[in-house]
Amino acid sequence: MQAFADLFNALDQTTSTNAKVAALTDYFETAADPDKLWCIALFSGRRPKRAVTTTRLREWAAERAGIPLWLFEETYPIVGDLSETIALILPDATRQTNRTLSDWMGEILSLTPADEDTRKEAVLDAWDCLNTTERFLFNKLLTGGFRVGVSQKLMTRALSRATNTEESQMAHRLMGNWTPETTTFHDLIHAQDTEADKSRPYPFYLAYGLEDAPEALGAPSDWQAEWKWDGIRGQLILRGGTHFLWSRGEELITDRFPEFARSVDFLPDGTVLDGEVLAWHEHKPLPFSELQKRIGRKTVPKKLLKDAPVVLRAYDLLEHAGEDIRDKPLAERRARLETLLADIPPEAAVIPSPVVPFNNWQTLTDIRETSRDAHAEGLMLKRLDSPYLAGRKKGDWWKWKVDPLTIDAVMIYAQSGHGRRANLFTDFTFAVWNNGELVPFTKAYSGLTDAEFRKITAWVRKNTLQRFGPVRQVTPEHVFEIGFEGIMDSPRHKSGVALRFPRMLRWRHDKPASEANTLDDLKALMP
Amino acid sequence: MRADPVLTFTDRGIYCPAGDFYIDPWRPVDRALITHGHSDHSRWGHQHYMATEAAAPVMHHRLGDVSIQTTPYGAKTQIGGASVSFHPAGHIPGSAQIRIEVGGEVWVVSGDYKPEPDGLCESFELVPCHAFISECTFGLPAFKWAPQSVVSEEINAWWAANAAEGRFSLLGAYSLGKAQRLMSLLDPSIGPILTHGAVEATNEVLRAQGYPLPATTRVTGDLDVKAHTGGIVIAPPSAFGTPWAKKFGRAATGFASGWMRLRGVRRRRAADRGFVLSDHADWTGLNDTIRATGCEKVFVTHGYTEIFNQWLLSQGYDSAIVATEYTGEGADTDDVAEVD
Repeated sequence: MQAFADLFNALDQTTSTNAKVAALTDYFETAADPDKLWCIALFSGRRPKRAVTTTRLREWAAERAGIPLWLFEETYPIVGDLSETIALILPDATRQTNRTLSDWMGEILSLTPADEDTRKEAVLDAWDCLNTTERFLFNKLLTGGFRVGVSQKLMTRALSRATNTEESQMAHRLMGNWTPETTTFHDLIHAQDTEADKSRPYPFYLAYGLEDAPEALGAPSDWQAEWKWDGIRGQLILRGGTHFLWSRGEELITDRFPEFARSVDFLPDGTVLDGEVLAWHEHKPLPFSELQKRIGRKTVPKKLLKDAPVVLRAYDLLEHAGEDIRDKPLAERRARLETLLADIPPEAAVIPSPVVPFNNWQTLTDIRETSRDAHAEGLMLKRLDSPYLAGRKKGDWWKWKVDPLTIDAVMIYAQSGHGRRANLFTDFTFAVWNNGELVPFTKAYSGLTDAEFRKITAWVRKNTLQRFGPVRQVTPEHVFEIGFEGIMDSPRHKSGVALRFPRMLRWRHDKPASEANTLDDLKALMP
Repeated sequence: MRADPVLTFTDRGIYCPAGDFYIDPWRPVDRALITHGHSDHSRWGHQHYMATEAAAPVMHHRLGDVSIQTTPYGAKTQIGGASVSFHPAGHIPGSAQIRIEVGGEVWVVSGDYKPEPDGLCESFELVPCHAFISECTFGLPAFKWAPQSVVSEEINAWWAANAAEGRFSLLGAYSLGKAQRLMSLLDPSIGPILTHGAVEATNEVLRAQGYPLPATTRVTGDLDVKAHTGGIVIAPPSAFGTPWAKKFGRAATGFASGWMRLRGVRRRRAADRGFVLSDHADWTGLNDTIRATGCEKVFVTHGYTEIFNQWLLSQGYDSAIVATEYTGEGADTDDVAEVD
């Protein structure tokens, strides 16, 4: 575990990409295979489920530290992280152990089916032989909350260096439906496994947001435009007579969307499509909130299946007749996609996402303004001769979203953040005017600079009217411009509306609270 | 029984009615007894100051030509009906706890204190008392310090690794106290020790008093940077990211403070490394000290006062909170308490 803790510290202590890759490469060159496998799993989001409830962990930690539970609970929000709080309050370890990362992971997995006394004994025992960083990691792994500031991309790069494998090939190897319990380091990285290959998705190609005017992209005839849908990115795989659906977060979501089961009847084996999963009704997308009802459910009740049926709006073809065609230019992939989907019936739940024709950038700029009418959140621009790359790369694909809807709102509640933002007030509730009263309508967390967060934090401390646990009611004084992507009816909310992707665009120092917008202004933005 | 308590708590600060003086007051008063030279304790504008002989030079350096009556540690001075003495607090060079005795009853104001000896400043002295007014900057069970020797090894290893790569190490520390403590922990065989002007100005004052500081080089405009490659630069954190810091190229940055115990704060600092090194008592130090004074009454101030007070009450102490000007909101003072 010490080697993994050292790796974690090295990654945590630097913001340099090179230093991070170097630390990872070093680990992959020196660690034992089972530890490397777990390291890859953890850094690609394959964490085991929570083995012990956090309530129990708090009790056990307070007991071992000899402090009352209330003192633990007061300390936790100041530290900002439960695993860290536990690691910090416990007495120093009384002995040492040379158990490795994979030993500990095995131990953690064995706790899930164990009874509570066994769990407690094992956890206290672990705490007693680990140092502070190791304990922190152990707690994170135990509670299923392990995250680290390293992208899968960097991990993949380090692994490809350590094993002398090409990076995109490595990225592909790491995809798919594996866990450290179902494979070995050798099988995953070096061996060919046809059964695993069958379900293995291609790494998604991700676009950057377009910042400059589209004119900077050159000739319009080099580009293809498509609507940018507000659903979830999905990769539909038809291989070996069966189908698999992957989300962009590399989660296998086949069972959540039974609509696609019939696609095997209409599409040939050896087909992989990239597209957007959307809730779909009468030839148009339903609001994202309808799709959201489906995302969290592993099994889907009949009624929901009827109320919020989904389709895949396919916009790219990655594998055709069993052949990986990602290297072929977009124009060719598109042509093949259209041929493939030309006569597909509605039951297949796969619809081609249309190309948006345009002759010059001005036309496209005008079209983009109509995105909301098209139930889209903007446009995608893709270079016609571009291959399908892996990961987020600049140059060939751009997302060109419509400007967000905006409203000026008054901050009325503040709450401190977590982790890096613990002790800074970063989570705010905003209100608009309605008949002389301020009605809360959204929360927002992001959009301000660290300096602004520090400034508002100092202000909140001096202007707290009331406390409700961690939440503070503050003097309604500061106005913020809130940006959001959409607005829907919501009987569950006091204001009667719910926003999509709300965030703070700027702090309106120039506006007093009395000049913030009204609830009527807000409702006027509804489609 | 006496009518007045030995000390009272006013909107100007801690006040002794028997001696008609204040301790570390935050508004101008006639007579102020000062625990140590940090600006939140030693403020500008009082008529008459009293401090230890060791603290006075830095106070003059910071406050200018003010009237300071000095006293050696441990010597008793009668002020009105109060007998007053200063005792080492182990916080920074010259820092003191102030003991006030009136009619046989002893109260002690801790100021800021650190029980662990650091080899530079006068070591903390335990002063038995009836009432103890204790800071609690780090009055949470999450704050526990490793021994200084462990942290100094970490810092020297970090410096040596950077030096081996031909990089400067930029170590952030407050100009008075932490900066000098860090210097005294450094291993000069690794490379040259450079200082920011603000730090060096304090060094000069302390060297003249005889505090053992290693040889340092002040960073000036015409410094031959190349000749000092691999050196460590001690600077106030405010100098990070300024044009001043640019001359050191891609220096490794570090910061030493008790707050570095928290990962969130460490990451927010945007320094490469955070070393957990504080000039205040940790959770264990606070609890042990309070117990060892044998006090019957505790007043807590500066820090997580609400939580720490509740803890002391639950441990059977007769405890209360002293409000300071910056409203004692325990959980929130962390960003403000820069002077650590």
